Amino acid sequence: MNRNMNLAARILGTYAVIYVAYLYLPVLFLPLFSFNDSIYISFPLRGWTLKWYQTMLANEALHRALANSLKVGITTALISTILGILGARAVAQYRLPGQKQVVGVIMLPLVVPEIILAMALLIIILQTVGSRALGLMSITAGHILLCVPFAMVVLISRFEGFDRFLEEASHDLGENAWWTFWRVTFPNVLPGIVASLLLTFTISFDEFIMAFFLGSTDPTLPVFMWNQLRFPKLLPGVLALGACILIASVFIVLLAEWFRRRNAFDGQTGDMIIG
Amino acid sequence: MDDAFIEIASVSKSFGNVTAVDNISLSIRKGEFFSLLGPSGCGKTTLLRILGGFEALTDGKVMIEGQDITHMPAHLRPTNMVFQNYAIFPHLNVEQNVAYGLRQQKLSREEQAEKVSAALTMVQLEGFEKRGADEMSGGQKQRVALARALIKRPKVLLLDEPLGALDKKLREEMQIELRMLQQQVGITFVFVTHDQEEALTLSDRVAVMNEGRILQQAPPREIYERPISRKVADFIGQMNLLDGVVDSVSDKVVVSSVALGSVTVDANRQTVRPGDRVTLAVRPENLSLSNSPATGGLPVTLAASAFWGNTTYYRIIPEGAEGNTLDVSQQDYRGSKNSGDPAWLCFDSCDFLLLKD
Ligand SMILES: Nc1ncnc2c1ncn2[C@@H]1O[C@H](COP(=O)(O)OP(=O)(O)OP(=O)(O)O)[C@@H](O)[C@H]1O
Ligand SMILES: [Mg+2]
Repeated sequence: MNRNMNLAARILGTYAVIYVAYLYLPVLFLPLFSFNDSIYISFPLRGWTLKWYQTMLANEALHRALANSLKVGITTALISTILGILGARAVAQYRLPGQKQVVGVIMLPLVVPEIILAMALLIIILQTVGSRALGLMSITAGHILLCVPFAMVVLISRFEGFDRFLEEASHDLGENAWWTFWRVTFPNVLPGIVASLLLTFTISFDEFIMAFFLGSTDPTLPVFMWNQLRFPKLLPGVLALGACILIASVFIVLLAEWFRRRNAFDGQTGDMIIG
Repeated sequence: MDDAFIEIASVSKSFGNVTAVDNISLSIRKGEFFSLLGPSGCGKTTLLRILGGFEALTDGKVMIEGQDITHMPAHLRPTNMVFQNYAIFPHLNVEQNVAYGLRQQKLSREEQAEKVSAALTMVQLEGFEKRGADEMSGGQKQRVALARALIKRPKVLLLDEPLGALDKKLREEMQIELRMLQQQVGITFVFVTHDQEEALTLSDRVAVMNEGRILQQAPPREIYERPISRKVADFIGQMNLLDGVVDSVSDKVVVSSVALGSVTVDANRQTVRPGDRVTLAVRPENLSLSNSPATGGLPVTLAASAFWGNTTYYRIIPEGAEGNTLDVSQQDYRGSKNSGDPAWLCFDSCDFLLLKD
């Protein structure tokens, strides 16, 4: 009995280690090789260097791509979260005829293959406005389409966990709808809003297919990196950039988690999505 | 009523085809502790929410101090509400919750702190200023909700079963405190409860509701001693209800009942004619048992007894009236108490109430 338990524990332990290694080791190769003094990604490492970080910093085109991605990501996050707030609020508060169907249609981009959406959007844009409309705006539009369902999912659970009597209590204490939103509704759904902003930003930031189909000559970061990968000479610079993005995302996740803890109000649903 | 402070005139409210409030008219006086009492689903909360401005009326009018507030939005009304679940803001601490309604008064920091601390003292929550909303017991939340509403100095405080979630002992303590608080601040309270004992102990007047209507509105003693209908009598306290038929009417009414034979009672504001079917109501504490026929009592058989601490309830069957039972409450019955034992029932017919329907 005891031996069996020991064995089970050992197997489970091994499994856990393998699982975590499988998840994170490949990711760790990114920063590791970004310090390697060679353009070829292979062992043994040839020595430490920071020169790839220097090339990265010196690369103007990369800066522009990063700026593009940030612009698209931030715009997407803001607009899809605002749309998500309005939608989630309506879904959580009212029971309308046909509501399930409408929500279903909104959620559809979650299951439709992205490449289909991207092609459909491309065709529509080419047929209506023409290729001059392609660029950051069209990418942003595509990303919003993609992100609204995610924002809705995060926010609906938050709004549904929110007690409507709190808003009535606020009215009762003399505040009109505007002040009630800012003093009661907003702070209570804030963790959901932050989660939605981070989630939609992340989705947009590393989205490739739409950015590739709907973009012009001015690429976003993922498309730019993909272009660079075709030239071995440029590869280590991309690794350095990848390492930077990795650290930034870890930082964002920790920030979100810290923020959530500060604002946590008894383990409401919708919290798990951050972090 | 000329001294009406709150005037509810023929108010109705329907949700789809459910009529929650059915043509209710009420007047509540200034400074009164007024209770709405009734079984679950009878429309108490709906009526209270109409007063608070949270439900649009289907029909009727609501006035406070002569001002028509029927269409006034909740945030402008001179009323405040203590919600059934308290609705404490979870993102604010006690102090911030209590100060919530003060924003528009644009007080200085000191003035605000002073008001908050006075309000917290009033509900005996000194020292709780920094507590989070989820770090409080039900009773404490209830006090915060009270302080938060009272700090606004409303003309009317609406309370929706504020003690419903508390255990019996705490509830009784809070009842006393609530009553003292109301007398101290002199604000008109409209209090919703389904607990008749609570309504009777606390209120100046009680309105008994059923199915969206008001059956009787009167001071607690009157509701208890002179219920106006069989429904009210049945709902308030323990009551024996006996079917009977009117025999004759003079200044007294003679009713013959299967259970107790012929009983002569007061008309109790009812107009009846011989042959009418009526109900005789009598409280268990107004009946008594004796273990000897010498007192001239009615022979009965004991069916069951239940010990209640301060009294014992005996269920009896009058002789020759099988199927009719009465409950008698008595502290000191000395006869043998086994079921099937004989006993003699004594009563004074002036304790009987005549009720129609
Ligand atoms: N928003 C609503 N939509 C539909 N029906 C409602 C709504 N609110 C109340 N009702 C109905 O109106 C009736 C009265 O409800 P109300 O909440 O006023 O009862 P209550 O006396 O407060 O009951 P309780 O003691 O259980 O709180 C009930 O039949 C209820 O189902
Ligand atoms: Mg209710």
